Amino acid sequence: MEIIFDITGRTLVAELFGELDHHAAETARKKVDDALDNYGVNNLVLDFSNVSFMDSSGIGMVLGRYRKMGETDGKVAIASCSKTMRNILNMAGVFSVIDYYDTKEEAVAGLSRKEVS
Amino acid sequence: MGKELKVQLEGILENQSLARAIAAAYAAEMDPTLDELTEIKTAVSEAFSNAAIHGYGESGTDSVRKPVYMEFSVIAPETIMIKIKDEGAGIEDIAKAMEPLFTTDTGRNRSGMGFTVMESFTDKLKVDSEPGKGTTVTMIKKLDTYYGF
Repeated sequence: MEIIFDITGRTLVAELFGELDHHAAETARKKVDDALDNYGVNNLVLDFSNVSFMDSSGIGMVLGRYRKMGETDGKVAIASCSKTMRNILNMAGVFSVIDYYDTKEEAVAGLSRKEVS
Repeated sequence: MGKELKVQLEGILENQSLARAIAAAYAAEMDPTLDELTEIKTAVSEAFSNAAIHGYGESGTDSVRKPVYMEFSVIAPETIMIKIKDEGAGIEDIAKAMEPLFTTDTGRNRSGMGFTVMESFTDKLKVDSEPGKGTTVTMIKKLDTYYGF
């Protein structure tokens, strides 16, 4: 799985490319965690707009990053999932703790608004 | 209904994408909607990764072949049956394994939602398992695609 990272203010945007299954999730987890450790940001946006497939491994990947960010009081947001992906994340109640936005730009803005308030 | 496909794949996670591609190719013949196709792919992906991770363990240092068998058949009009079978560790307590969020993973990276996803995305799910012998997951998916043209 390829990931492109971009930093806006104090938010790291991770744009995921390809299929996220149990096999791919391991590399994805490591890449995101390494980037978080390297850049020392406050918030994380996971952008799923270029993910063509996701199974339940996505839940572990998202919640794992949520826990990691929580250690430093950081926030996580998810952007741009397909209907099926939202459905899967919803089954585990992911959206009760993580905000969803239609685009990564909205997610970045949403997270920085939260920081201010 | 005479249209059967049997596939044997090595039970390693690298084959997970091939497993769901095969499922998609089989189901595509029946003109499913895009959502139905995604649901079938996801359910098969979950079942295959269960077989590879829990059936055979992740270490995979031995060179013994660890096959996962997949069987696809059309059991009624617009109805696909998919069986995914491993000869791995088996499940002690099936009801417990199927509970949402239950996982044997202590590293906190797995969600324990595999069976829940399979259940949600198919019409029927049956799990047969015997410790030490292996596990067979049977899923039935009805396609509601007949528009009657």
